[in-house]
Amino acid sequence: MLAFLATTLVAYILYLILTMFSGSFGLWSLGELIAGAVLSLIAGAVAFRVAFAKERAGEANIFRIFNPVRFIIFLVYLIGPFFFSMAKSNFDVAYRVITGKIRPGIVRISPGLKTDLGITLLANSITLTPGTLSVDVDEKNGDLYVHWINVKNPEPSPAEVCGSFPDWVRRIAE
Amino acid sequence: MNILIYVLFGIGLTFNGLGAIALLRFPDVYTRLHGATKATTFGSIFTTAAVIAYGFARGGPAFDTLAIHAIIALIALLITNPTGAHAIARAAYRSGVKPKYAVVDKLEEKK
Repeated sequence: MLAFLATTLVAYILYLILTMFSGSFGLWSLGELIAGAVLSLIAGAVAFRVAFAKERAGEANIFRIFNPVRFIIFLVYLIGPFFFSMAKSNFDVAYRVITGKIRPGIVRISPGLKTDLGITLLANSITLTPGTLSVDVDEKNGDLYVHWINVKNPEPSPAEVCGSFPDWVRRIAE
Repeated sequence: MNILIYVLFGIGLTFNGLGAIALLRFPDVYTRLHGATKATTFGSIFTTAAVIAYGFARGGPAFDTLAIHAIIALIALLITNPTGAHAIARAAYRSGVKPKYAVVDKLEEKK
């Protein structure tokens, strides 16, 4: 029941953002408000089992992502270290495009994350940051196989490949 | 304001162009994906930021809506671009494309 309500609420907020500035009733027109309520109820009924699927054993609390502290940490992470390393990664790619110096390879890292959400977040962060691209994931223990464009060490620690990201992701998603 | 928009477009187009050059220069599918995901995502952030700045600068309901929709497109882009790259890389590996010039391949040793 709580999962259904949460999914409906998120769908309704998204609908309201999408139709902002549409009318005279505040920022929205009355028709949009009613249509959004009906549509988000339907979306919530259809999608809540997918949105809050039972994750693996050892899962603490599936509603942990609604904790506002995690939202704030996520925003800080996005604007601070994530954006910085994304900028760095682009100059890295530019350097490698121009000079052609590459030393590629696929390495394995064990970040030690347990939840699906955390692994997804880390894999996407790795793809967008310097010289690394996540290729595959070991679903049993959460190990990531990472294509590294400039292999310095065939058996790296997570910190060598992706810096402080596992710690940030642990604070946000676990 | 116009200058800011031009600068944002300039940065974005530079990086998007770099992504296109990366596609031509690199030797195999994995290294090409590096260029295709990182450079195009970063470039698209700046081009979208230019659209958002333009929308809020012009004002009025139509242009505010444009800016809001550009923000939502940016969020969707940030989520789907790395996910798509991961899917392509994984599919390529599963269908037997080996990384060229690789010094180490742990995924090979697993199987």
